[in-house]
Amino acid sequence: MDLSVEAGSFVALVGPSGCGKSTLLRLVSGLEAPTAGTVSVVPAEVSSPATRSESDGKRIAFVFQDAHLLPWRTALDNVALPLELQGVAREEARRRARAPLGDVELDDALERYPDQLSGGMRMRVSIARALVTEPDLLLLDEPFAALDELSRQRLDERLRALWARRRMTVLFVTHALSEALFLSERVLVLSKRPARIVLDHAVELPAARPLALRSELAFVEQSALLYRALEAHGGLDEARA
Amino acid sequence: MKRALEQALPPVVTLVLVVGLWEGGVRLLGVPAFLVPPPSAVASSIMKERTLLLSALATTSEGALSGFALSLCLGTLAGIVLSLSRRLERGVYPYTIFLQTVPIVAIAPLLVLWFGVGLRAVAVSAFIVSVFPVVANTLSGLKSVDPRLTDLFRLYGASELAALLKLRLPSAVGSMTTGWRVASGLSVIGAIVGEFVAGFSEGSAGLGITILAAYRQLRTDLLFGAVLLASLLGLALFAGVSLAARLLLRRLRARG
Repeated sequence: MDLSVEAGSFVALVGPSGCGKSTLLRLVSGLEAPTAGTVSVVPAEVSSPATRSESDGKRIAFVFQDAHLLPWRTALDNVALPLELQGVAREEARRRARAPLGDVELDDALERYPDQLSGGMRMRVSIARALVTEPDLLLLDEPFAALDELSRQRLDERLRALWARRRMTVLFVTHALSEALFLSERVLVLSKRPARIVLDHAVELPAARPLALRSELAFVEQSALLYRALEAHGGLDEARA
Repeated sequence: MKRALEQALPPVVTLVLVVGLWEGGVRLLGVPAFLVPPPSAVASSIMKERTLLLSALATTSEGALSGFALSLCLGTLAGIVLSLSRRLERGVYPYTIFLQTVPIVAIAPLLVLWFGVGLRAVAVSAFIVSVFPVVANTLSGLKSVDPRLTDLFRLYGASELAALLKLRLPSAVGSMTTGWRVASGLSVIGAIVGEFVAGFSEGSAGLGITILAAYRQLRTDLLFGAVLLASLLGLALFAGVSLAARLLLRRLRARG
């Protein structure tokens, strides 16, 4: 598999489960080392996390399938955590954590603990935590899969708006074709293991994307295109339209 | 208030019933007091010997608390050290189980040889009996951290120390407090057993010594009194540790 992603683009990866989408993200993030081949994030090569310097850590952020917050920290302290780990003083980290929490509209929940937040709010804290270091590369591994449809669509919209403003590179793994299409500029459809890219689709939709876009003809047509590519390569059972 | 009463009532009823049956049974059947003294005799014996019993309680508490404190410090430290390296854990952990299985009565004479008679030997006995649950629960707690959070810490280049203080220890607290609770009860048992062998200190005798002395003089009522106090000591320690654990867990919002 050979894949290169342009800086500042929003790329969605869809494919059957177990095809290695998550592994791909872990390789890109440097959490796992490749057995063969290379992964490079320009300008520097991704090495093992142990040897990364502080500036390296700043460039990449990861959002997992669930929020994975520290239950003993408030929303604000959870978002401040990455900065603290990179050596920023605690008060300064807390100060800088306010802006990304504002970006996900959680200004009024700063001092709440994860068990006082809804699933969607926890996920928003998780996204704020990823944004706090102002990453150049944001990796999301089926981040909204556990949420209900409505919360998911709302978070999709918010993520899209954040990206439009900050223009970081985003790799977004999902099972949902419509989510992939709605969010990204480019959708890659992967085959079953061993994964190949079976379709590299440049999304033809306007930059501004209201929720209603999902019912427009262009959207439905491209959705069908992705659907057929998945179907042809055995990934349909797991995918949602 | 009504709920609290409903909660407290059943055990109180049981207590009253058991004590009543015991008192009545012993009197009706004419059981000799040196075999089974009636509760009233135990109560009056406790009142009569209260100076002796309270000083014994203080002595035993000192031994049990010292041993328990040693277990908390050294056991937690050992759990942390073992969690740092998989190889170290494999190499050393099996031998800590030895502490769990060693019959304390059998090695108590050794403790007298090493530490002399008195508080130190008693505390070490309490320590040996109670340290294993602290080590085991600390270790398992430190190891069962959410792997995604471990990833997150690695991603941001967190130091080993930061990962320990900000992630692994707070995650482990729930499991660790379980170890503390078990250890608190065991430390009292360890102290009493330690006193059986090593408890002849100059000044005040502990509950273990009081139990032995009462037994030799066939003062079964006093023996019952001492046993009752030993149980209450264990219970009080357990309750205190449970309360402290609950407060700590609530602060950390972790599940116990």
